[in-house]
Amino acid sequence: MELKSIATRHCSVSYFEGGSGPPLVFLHGLTGVSGDDPFLERLAEHFHVFAPLIPGYGESEECREIRDMLDFTLHTWDVVEALALNRPVLVGHSLGGMIASEMAAVAPRDLASLALLAPLGLWLDAHPVADIFATLPYEMPELLYHDVELGKAFLTTGAGLDDLDALKAFFIINARQLGMAGRLLFPIPDRGLARRLYRIKAKTTVIWGGSDRLAPPVYAEEFARGIAGSTLRIIREAGHMVQLEKPAETAAAILALCGP
Amino acid sequence: MKFTWFNLMSWPHLPDDFRETNRSVWVDIDQQLFKPALGNDVYNNYMDLLEYAETVGFDGIGINEHHQNGYGIMPSPNLIAAGLARRTSNAAIVVLGNSIALYNPPIRVAEEFAMLDCISGGRLVAGFAVGTSPDTNYCYGQIPSLLREKYYEAHDLIIKAWTERKPFEFNGRYTQLRYVNIWPRPIQQPFPPIHIPGGGSVETYDFCIDNTYSYSLLSTAGYIPVKDVMQGYWDRIAERNVPDISPYRAGFAQTVCVAETDAEAERLYASHLLYFYNRCMHLYPGFGEAPGYRSIRSIRTSALAKYAPPTGEAFSALTWKDLIEGGYVIAGSPETVRQRMEEMIRTLRVGHIFCLMHMGDMTREKCMYSTKLFAEKVMPQLRSIFKEYDDDDRFWCKPIASRASAGQLPPDDVAAQLATAYDGGEGGPWN
Repeated sequence: MELKSIATRHCSVSYFEGGSGPPLVFLHGLTGVSGDDPFLERLAEHFHVFAPLIPGYGESEECREIRDMLDFTLHTWDVVEALALNRPVLVGHSLGGMIASEMAAVAPRDLASLALLAPLGLWLDAHPVADIFATLPYEMPELLYHDVELGKAFLTTGAGLDDLDALKAFFIINARQLGMAGRLLFPIPDRGLARRLYRIKAKTTVIWGGSDRLAPPVYAEEFARGIAGSTLRIIREAGHMVQLEKPAETAAAILALCGP
Repeated sequence: MKFTWFNLMSWPHLPDDFRETNRSVWVDIDQQLFKPALGNDVYNNYMDLLEYAETVGFDGIGINEHHQNGYGIMPSPNLIAAGLARRTSNAAIVVLGNSIALYNPPIRVAEEFAMLDCISGGRLVAGFAVGTSPDTNYCYGQIPSLLREKYYEAHDLIIKAWTERKPFEFNGRYTQLRYVNIWPRPIQQPFPPIHIPGGGSVETYDFCIDNTYSYSLLSTAGYIPVKDVMQGYWDRIAERNVPDISPYRAGFAQTVCVAETDAEAERLYASHLLYFYNRCMHLYPGFGEAPGYRSIRSIRTSALAKYAPPTGEAFSALTWKDLIEGGYVIAGSPETVRQRMEEMIRTLRVGHIFCLMHMGDMTREKCMYSTKLFAEKVMPQLRSIFKEYDDDDRFWCKPIASRASAGQLPPDDVAAQLATAYDGGEGGPWN
């Protein structure tokens, strides 16, 4: 995947692009996305994939002006327009799934289909979504992955945090990314999506990792129930980072969604 | 110099195994540990001590705001201030501060501070805190990366509410009001002096400089770790060619304990200070600093010591020797304390000292003893520092000369006579 950049009204946005086929926009989750993501590479075999980075993530510049759910929703449609994409397949993971759902609700005809991978945005008192903002770095792998060792490898990216420069860099990245994510997720990851799910008309599939410890799989049923005609797929031995742990199955589920 | 006697108001009944059985003194501290009936004693005791500080000559008495916190049991400092306003007559009442972004709408701060200023006869010194991350984000749910913007908007609304004389509309991002028209108004004009408790954000320096507010630092680890932060403020003042470098532009909170000798200070106060540092500073690191709370600019420019979010672990194994030699506390004989205080005052260049003289589970008798020794043997020795700036009254209260006080009703029989004597025309005590 190639890293590029495009201007939008509020800020310049970095995005990964690769593959060929119908256009597909992937909206990443809390931990961002990298150019060599195995899931994106699989999608790129069938789609022309665009993975924009939320302002504050990676090379995307921070953006003060994007503050609330509507700001994020319209900004992301701005990105799709800037990329001149027509009715893309919209795929969103976690935080990105929350944004994708809102986009599909506000402009139901502007996307070909919708794949939600462990999206955030609903809240059940009996099954609280875990508080990622009070989670310590060493606790993240267990929270986000079924395979905790795999999680450690993905999240620490090799840098030891004893080195003060590395520590400083880590805190800056964390502040930028989760600082921005917090505008939608803090203190409780609910900005009213439940009231708007009914508006989603696009063909939708909801995919969830059976071992998701951040947002328990009961939320998959909640999303599926709220979106008319949607299909539900639980992928076993996968946690919240479902597409990173099971890229083949997740990609297959999306292909099935868009199939003939 | 201005000396304010300060009490964080720590809960003095945290159990010996508090660290082992509780992950945090703040945010999700076990509610069962607060015994309301004991609270009756604790609050009244602490307020007695604040009032006592006035009687021995402190310029001000100070309190602050924390939520869901075992080391600070004042979620509403204004309630405490109201009690103090009635039972003191001369000391400044230093509310350092209200976390203004948490008051909905922020005109509540304007109104309550106006009430306090009226009730006290103009003795309020106001503080506007951004508020700590545990308080604002984890207890009060404020979105971390938007908090500072909300704070500045709240500040602007409060100042406008204090200075406009006609109702006005306010169309803010966080507050929208049609008829801002606060009643009462503060006695002090244009408004009470304002101090900003800072924590090292570079934005706060400029905010204090732009508005002529006094910049205060609180550090339970003493002044050495935060020397650079205060120096950063003075450097910024120099950089911006601000017209004066009055030390009253800045303040510092310091833990102080005084006894006849250094050894006696250890004997009297060590257990209480260790209670504070071992139990009261036990914060779950996950609540230390929400991402987005500090700006990127502040993280980039902060001293090495502040890269990591604050945790209680740094304090857990401290001994008395560590506390003294590391400068966390200034404790000892009057001469030892005088010397260390002078060093701190000159190094930081601060005209306002907030003396944390009650710590942890210190008994009231020891606190009185320490307080009186400080007031009689140390404070007078420090008064002449920065004498050349004694006329700078911008950052302190200016009370009215003749002030009403509590308990001024006449005896019943006199009241009855006066009540029935007047014919409703001229004459009468209110005319």
